[in-house]
Amino acid sequence: MQQYSGFGLLKHSLSHHENWQRVWRNPTPKKKYDVIIIGGGGHGLATAYYLAKEHGVTNVAVIEKGYLGGGNTARNTTIVRSNYLWDEAAHLYEHGMKLWEGLSQDLNYNVMFSQRGVLNLGHTLQDMRDIERRVNANRLNGIDGEVLDPKQVKEIVPHMDCSENTRYPVMGASWQPRGGVARHDAVAWGYARGADSYGVDLIQQTEVIDLIIEDGTITGVKTNRYGDIMADRVASVVAGNSGVIAKMAGFELPLESHPLQALVSEPIKPILDTVVMSNHVHGYVSQSDKGDLVIGAGIDGYNGYGQRGSYPTIEHTIQAIVEMFPIFSRVRMNRQWGGIVDTCPDACPIISKTPVKNLFFNCGWGTGGFKAIPGSGNVFAASLAKGEMHPLAEPFSMFRFHNGALIDEHGAAGVAH
Amino acid sequence: MFHIYCPHCAEYREEEEFHAKGQAHIPRPLDPEACSDKEWGEYLFFRKNPRGLHHELWVHAAGCRKFFNMTRDTQTYEIKEVYKIGEQPSVVAE
Repeated sequence: MQQYSGFGLLKHSLSHHENWQRVWRNPTPKKKYDVIIIGGGGHGLATAYYLAKEHGVTNVAVIEKGYLGGGNTARNTTIVRSNYLWDEAAHLYEHGMKLWEGLSQDLNYNVMFSQRGVLNLGHTLQDMRDIERRVNANRLNGIDGEVLDPKQVKEIVPHMDCSENTRYPVMGASWQPRGGVARHDAVAWGYARGADSYGVDLIQQTEVIDLIIEDGTITGVKTNRYGDIMADRVASVVAGNSGVIAKMAGFELPLESHPLQALVSEPIKPILDTVVMSNHVHGYVSQSDKGDLVIGAGIDGYNGYGQRGSYPTIEHTIQAIVEMFPIFSRVRMNRQWGGIVDTCPDACPIISKTPVKNLFFNCGWGTGGFKAIPGSGNVFAASLAKGEMHPLAEPFSMFRFHNGALIDEHGAAGVAH
Repeated sequence: MFHIYCPHCAEYREEEEFHAKGQAHIPRPLDPEACSDKEWGEYLFFRKNPRGLHHELWVHAAGCRKFFNMTRDTQTYEIKEVYKIGEQPSVVAE
């Protein structure tokens, strides 16, 4: 793999940037792999990368029905934070946060991780009680966090309406300075390039149409383009389509797939240098380096796979943003889209073995998967390499819905899901 | 935006008046005490979540506030039929 560097940039400028090598190969799959990963999004590619890099498992294929990073990795609002309430979730997301902090160097690919801080606003007394509880829990878990009063919030975000005359006045906020945003596509591309350099085969435009299961053990997958591909272990990392793969394997998951919409405005001059999230009026906004406001909110209430949502949800989202930032009321929106998020009843992911031997699932990240890409890939790779779940992944077994050990992150995670 | 026919009001109304309530036709186990943890967990949490035809429960929240069932395609979002609680669908998902 050609290392990217300032010197390399200079060198290639002499040949008018026409001789850059391809970022990854486009191989024809082998007949058999040690591990097949279904789904070439951020989580799948990160899993492949850490399998190869940290566990020496390089005979790996990532099978993607579209193109790499073309699903929810390309459709989220790029927020990264780790201020989760419960120990299990906090440890998992903080594991990811630590990887984020060195990710660009590790991948030799600029993921533009910007630790500009994340504010979670409180608008009611109960919000403030929850925020204090969560910040205290975070600090006990070694995660940075502060409780801010409205004056301090105003200092961080001077353009936000922090007056007392609003319908939902800002009574304070939690503040995680290490949180921020990253360049979503670069995360997928960086992991893809890294995995490819270790010899992982990235098979695009190839759909898994069925699983090959003999005596309760998975031995491979059937694809639409390359026929049967065998594998010792198969990992499904397909987010919204997890239910479809589970159906092929013959079991159900405690998941429902919903559209989650986001939108960006026209580019405007720098006005917001942090991430503002509000659970109560229910919207979140940040400003990208390009200048557009990146806006998101809640899921559409019905199940859907259409990668689009309903207008009433967009209207509610914009109402929330304008409630917080009246100054944005005449900013025009440029684009709007929907991704398919697989939501769990307890708003926590599933990283788990399944009733089928050697078939592993990593899904259920719901509305908060992007921030978890490095951490999720890292622990899932360790689990796949050893065949036993990583200690951080252990509590996220799909069988927690049988024994009742749910990890209730609803609302506690800072924004309502 | 869905345009939904409420079988109780016998009228088409806009989506905002309704709430989706998840998968329909989930019978509560007759003897919950006799359920294993697995059976009870699956009753509470495990869902079909198909890409295609799906039977789901909706409530006319800002209208008659009554529940009804809907058969809808989760890919095209086309509503195939609505029917009252207790009735069986004529278009059946696999």
